[in-house]
Amino acid sequence: MGFEKGAGLATFRQNVEATIPALRRYARALTRDSDIADDLVQDTLLRALRSEHLFHGGDVRSWLYTILTNLNRNRRRSLARRPMLLPIEDNDAPDLAGPEAGGRDIERALATLVEDQRHALLLVVLEGLTYREVAEVQGVPIGTVMSRLARARVQFKNYLDGERPTLRRVK
Amino acid sequence: MIDRNSPVTDEELHAFVDGELRGDRKEAVTAWLAVHPDDAALVGAWRSQADSIRARYGAVAHEPVPERLKLDQVIRRDRVNGRSWAAMAAAAAIVAFVAGGAAGWMARGAAAAAPTGFDTFTAEALDAYKLYVVEVRHPVEVPGSERTHMTQWLSKRLGSELRIPDLQSIGLNLVGGRLLPGPTGAAAFYMYEGPSGERFTIYCTNAAVPETALRYKSGEGFAAFYWVDDKVAYVVSGPADRNRLEIVTKTVYEQVDKTGGRKS
Repeated sequence: MGFEKGAGLATFRQNVEATIPALRRYARALTRDSDIADDLVQDTLLRALRSEHLFHGGDVRSWLYTILTNLNRNRRRSLARRPMLLPIEDNDAPDLAGPEAGGRDIERALATLVEDQRHALLLVVLEGLTYREVAEVQGVPIGTVMSRLARARVQFKNYLDGERPTLRRVK
Repeated sequence: MIDRNSPVTDEELHAFVDGELRGDRKEAVTAWLAVHPDDAALVGAWRSQADSIRARYGAVAHEPVPERLKLDQVIRRDRVNGRSWAAMAAAAAIVAFVAGGAAGWMARGAAAAAPTGFDTFTAEALDAYKLYVVEVRHPVEVPGSERTHMTQWLSKRLGSELRIPDLQSIGLNLVGGRLLPGPTGAAAFYMYEGPSGERFTIYCTNAAVPETALRYKSGEGFAAFYWVDDKVAYVVSGPADRNRLEIVTKTVYEQVDKTGGRKS
């Protein structure tokens, strides 16, 4: 996945293109909404293409994760100041069971995390980035990444243990 | 050599789950877990969390990529799109600034150790946020390419000679700027962007106090340096990376320092 210094435009674009499926996965888990997720990926690609002259080597994949993470943070900031509009869903139905229920549980557990913790957790467990790579993406020391990860895992576990006991039983 | 008694830290447990441990510590943790069922249960829970997350979202990466996300499509539509990049970037920048950035930390910071005048400044910044967050799609803005015009315009509105720092030397491009309401009439706001989309902003306005020391404030994911020099207050804010922000601030400070000569 590495991008060698001096490699051509074609290589750069190939590397970007090859990362799109992973970016979609990361964005989906971050936003838990497929349209918003793909918008985010689109903005990321646009940004990357417009800034490719500023890219001086390094790992294209990490760079794309960095852009997406920054854009998501900005998006969340603008949303945070608006009245929250939540879709009306009847996924609280008590008879819901099976993998679908578990999936919703995971979404909700992710939704309870602080943004930076959610970024860290997903980059590590879903995207398979190393702590060092995540530190670069988030622009913080590795120790900070590790504490975000630890807090995310505690919060995630508390949510699954405490707040959704009925769904936990079906696993 | 495995020291079964060497205590295993929480950090090592996480690193163990994430495959970040070196061989010898990996064995030490494995041995530790065999005799510490509570830690073993934690590790099991974290692994199961990771498995559930992968089970929930892993398949997305195997879906066919939608047409609109194919690179040639993105490039083509970018070319025919009439909206200027600067305008979009400025719009996004303003949201980043007013919604989450300076306004946020200033609100929290106002009560504690704020120099005289910063209270008003804070209130004004929040008002700016309220005003512009709804105007995000129609921002009144000047792109960075019109630096000279922007300098003249903002200097006139603030009633003091401004310099818009050039941060190219540290990899930041001027996205643009705009006028915001400030405590004494107007505030100038500049937005810079680095190669990874990270943004730094400079907010400056006339201050009631002549001078203060450089202060640092960090909020959630954001940080800022602020100071007053020759009755002009400056706030430089950006991602919470203090070292980087220091470099940016130093560069800004050197360029706006009144004793250091002027240019525009």
